[in-house]
Amino acid sequence: MTTTYGPLAIWAVVLVVGVATFAIRYSFVYLFGRIEGVPPRVEEALRFVPAAVLAALVAPAVVDPGPTVAATVLDDRLLAGAVAAVVAWYTENMFATIAVGLLALWAVGAVL
Amino acid sequence: MLPDDFRAGVRAALPSLLGLVPFGLVAGIAAVNAGLSPFQAIGLSAVVFAGAAQLAAIDLLARDASLAVVVVTAVVINLRMAMYSASIAPYFESFRRRWAVGCSYLLTDVSYALSIAEFTDESGTDRRWYYLGVAGAIWAVWQLTTVAGVLLGAGIPESWGVGFAVPLVFLTLLVGDVSDRPRLVAALVGGSVAVVGATWPLNLGLLGGALAGVVAGVVVDWRGSDA
Repeated sequence: MTTTYGPLAIWAVVLVVGVATFAIRYSFVYLFGRIEGVPPRVEEALRFVPAAVLAALVAPAVVDPGPTVAATVLDDRLLAGAVAAVVAWYTENMFATIAVGLLALWAVGAVL
Repeated sequence: MLPDDFRAGVRAALPSLLGLVPFGLVAGIAAVNAGLSPFQAIGLSAVVFAGAAQLAAIDLLARDASLAVVVVTAVVINLRMAMYSASIAPYFESFRRRWAVGCSYLLTDVSYALSIAEFTDESGTDRRWYYLGVAGAIWAVWQLTTVAGVLLGAGIPESWGVGFAVPLVFLTLLVGDVSDRPRLVAALVGGSVAVVGATWPLNLGLLGGALAGVVAGVVVDWRGSDA
């Protein structure tokens, strides 16, 4: 489908989303420059941001809940993701993880 | 001559750039297919510089959703970056204002994840150069691939599944980060909520999962140190 919005509306969206996104990115960088350091409790919570966010980014891309347990587990992306996780755990190498993960995705796709 | 730490940052970003190429191509192609002019499509990448939000905005514009819905959806998708901003802020504190502004503009999932892993390592890396290497490489590849997508107007066949490289990048980083029990719980809760919330509107599953994971990690950590 093609938008019926004119150039002005599209540029307005680009600018508003762009400014808002920058404000989000800069928010705490600006704030912590004003206040002295990061409160210990905040810093404690922030330690868990990477694990929580990374998992929230990965999980929906790998797990696709099906009607049955078997349909959920026998999914090409979940199986490929599981193989990639094993490679990531033992090698801690991103290239290897991606290469094996993609190969596994194609292999499982060919079998299932 | 570029500093070693800048080049180390670029090297660290290389594997994720592999996943970024098809994503950027798709963003460029989708924008043009939705009726944006090439200049608008490139402007979107340059000004917003956030793949998921760009694709959501493009999709909604193509369906003639109200402009308020387009803006709110894209902004909510990017709200997770407030957490990156808070997490990385202590390491930007020593930067001059204009560098902090520039580095903030370059803040993405991958530049945050790669840099925070290096920063918390305390290996004596020049943080600004390392960050600029990571984030600059991601920025350059994103802009180039978007332009390529706009110009090509045709992409890699979806059946190749190359887009799967993006979650694999996050997976590698996740496995490296889960070094203790509270972090493992944070990841399990965050991932579970995100899966349950995958169909929630405005990408709230991602935000909800991230927040639930952080809370779970704090609770487990607090209980562990209490015992």
